[in-house]
Amino acid sequence: MDNLVAARSQMALSLGFHIIFSCIGMVMPFFMAISHLLWLKTKDPVYKNITKAWSKGVAIFFATGAVSGTVLSFELGLLWPEFMKHAGPIFGMPFSLEGTAFFIEAIALGFFLYGWDKFNPWFHWLTGVVVGISGIISGILVVAANSWMNSPSGFDYINGQYTNIDPMKAMFNAAWFEQALHMSIAAFAATGLAVAGVHALMIVRKQSVVFHKKAFRIAAVFGVTASILQPFSGDLSARDVAQRQPAKLAAMEAHFKTEPWSPLIIGGVPDMKAKKVNYAIEIPGLLSFMVYDDFKHPVKGLDQVPEKDQPPVPITHYAFQTMVGLGMLMMALGLLYFIALLKKRSWFDANWFLKLFTWATPIGFIAVEAGWTVTETGRQPWIIQGIMRTADAVTPMPGITYSFYLFTTVYLSLSCIVIFMLYRQIKMVPKLYNLSNPAAS
Amino acid sequence: MIYVIIGFLWLSLLLYLVMGGADFGAGILELFSSRANRARNRKIMYHAIGPIWEANHMWLIIAIVILFVGFPVIYSTVSTYLHIPLLIMLMGIIARGTAFAFRNYDAVYDNMQRLYNRIFIYSSFITPLFLGIIAGSTVSGRIDTGAHDFMSAYIYSWLNWFSVSIGLFTIALCGFLAAIYLIGEAEEDERRRSFINKAKAMNIAAVVFGANVFVAALSEHIPLADWVFGNAVGITAVAAATISLVILWYLISKGKRKIIRILAGFQVTMILITTTWKHYPNIVTLKNGGYLSLMDGGGSDKTMLTLGLALLIGCVFILPALIYLIYSFQRGSVLVEDSEQH
Repeated sequence: MDNLVAARSQMALSLGFHIIFSCIGMVMPFFMAISHLLWLKTKDPVYKNITKAWSKGVAIFFATGAVSGTVLSFELGLLWPEFMKHAGPIFGMPFSLEGTAFFIEAIALGFFLYGWDKFNPWFHWLTGVVVGISGIISGILVVAANSWMNSPSGFDYINGQYTNIDPMKAMFNAAWFEQALHMSIAAFAATGLAVAGVHALMIVRKQSVVFHKKAFRIAAVFGVTASILQPFSGDLSARDVAQRQPAKLAAMEAHFKTEPWSPLIIGGVPDMKAKKVNYAIEIPGLLSFMVYDDFKHPVKGLDQVPEKDQPPVPITHYAFQTMVGLGMLMMALGLLYFIALLKKRSWFDANWFLKLFTWATPIGFIAVEAGWTVTETGRQPWIIQGIMRTADAVTPMPGITYSFYLFTTVYLSLSCIVIFMLYRQIKMVPKLYNLSNPAAS
Repeated sequence: MIYVIIGFLWLSLLLYLVMGGADFGAGILELFSSRANRARNRKIMYHAIGPIWEANHMWLIIAIVILFVGFPVIYSTVSTYLHIPLLIMLMGIIARGTAFAFRNYDAVYDNMQRLYNRIFIYSSFITPLFLGIIAGSTVSGRIDTGAHDFMSAYIYSWLNWFSVSIGLFTIALCGFLAAIYLIGEAEEDERRRSFINKAKAMNIAAVVFGANVFVAALSEHIPLADWVFGNAVGITAVAAATISLVILWYLISKGKRKIIRILAGFQVTMILITTTWKHYPNIVTLKNGGYLSLMDGGGSDKTMLTLGLALLIGCVFILPALIYLIYSFQRGSVLVEDSEQH
């Protein structure tokens, strides 16, 4: 494997692994805060049990997310030293603030996990909320750093020199808001649906039904609300990408030809030689309308981008189609949930309804991974859009392939262990929380 | 502002060494505990370190962020030429962090625990060993930015007697810190005595490995003795460390719990002062005799200003919360045990 390809694969693997744990780590505390609040208000022990059961999951996910995040802060230098040498002082601002946010999160987590029956219950509850809030802030800051790579600002690039550096301008670059919003909602959608899905499965299997029903309702509300909001934030993001990174948008859509009435291309197999997309559904003018609110306005296609500046089209296109397709499914599921909530309460006990949620368990996270593939692959061949190429940033050390294999082995085994542990957590629910939960089967 | 940033960098390294070191040490001590005692010691450790576990490791992240924002040339040079030891250290960090969480939060208590414990113990050795190797390599003058072959660029930069000796010394130091810390956490006399014995053993190990570092330096023509004893600050720090060590052992025999921790932390502070003072601000020594200095190659003025402010504002939030956390979970203040732990 080529060194650059290996480095990119290792980075993709590390980010793809970390993103799941950080999403769960930043969203689950809010679920816990709700059930914790319900416990404090109603004194129904089931809510206390749910909070405790979730907090064990969070501890596992947080620990894994913290170490994989630490690894990333080193990997930036291990894999991309040339990039960090120049970019560090420019886009480092959000990272230095994130250090604080993450630190606060870790401290609050210590209070929360180990503080049961030890502090004033409301102080204890508040520490849980702080975990969530600082987690979200961390997430936003890290995404702001990433958005700088898509939308570099806060410096002048003259004759290969980076001068006139302004880290605040770099942090609040043109893309930060759209990206941070899209990611934050995605985290809620993916985590909410995943957690709800697991509890739905347990209800279908008739295990500790009272416990799982209450847990399902808390997680599902977050998941479905975010799923319904997400397409709107996606629209904002796409318009933004069209402005700043037309090559990325063209690759996402596999949009080869610049012409009026630019079509929205759904699905299909891009043929790079013939420069067209086979087997796709094309809706003329819709892409123009979505980007410019005008059916006739031409959208810049790949024919306007020099070959050497084009991102890999098929990967970007497939990833984008996957993300959008799953996003639509999630929105439909969300609408179904609200119909049930407002009109058809009996659905909540219906097997088909719960099974739908069970099947939807992984789709939010698949969409998150696909979305990051679009962001990162769509920026190629640049590591800093229009300024530095990824190939120029990679470490001179040969043999990164082996390091990639090592990371693959480690992260695969870790994933297996985490899944195995979650399985055991869920299996043990009736045993661990039986005494105070007489309704459990 | 640059001095504020350098101050924070130094402080985060120190706190990582002291706080993180103590919990690396807890894993190291576990290896030297008899099987019968291990479960009991683990429980003490879970209560003593669990709540501040994640926070202890944040210091490393703060240090690395300061490096890549404020001193990007140092960060990128070190991560290029010390890629391999950094990679191994990262593997240690992954293994330790996850094994700690797994063994404490696995819902079923069975044979898997043996796997988690084994991973935890081994990674508790590997991580500080390689941290020490990396620290040693930055000053040993083996980083060769002009190297043309793989071995001299990426292997000999860190694989030498001196760096490995520093790694071994770091292990002993971590074990010592942990033993001193846990003396204060032990509730029974018997357990306390066992931690005192471990502290003694680790103290002896630290002296032996420390001497080994000097021998290694001598044989590899690294003027370590000059760095340590060639200036007033170094000599004073070494003297203070020695005197405080004597006081420490006297107080242990008197049964003091809290003050010995402060003294152990003081020891580490003195060691870090001695080893960094003479180099400052040249924190990386290159093979060609050049240096990478904290004073040049830094970010722009605006970068340094915002980084410094971010750190100052950050510590206003972090320090009170952290101090309250540590205070709240001291021994004796843990009244209610988590009844659901297994």
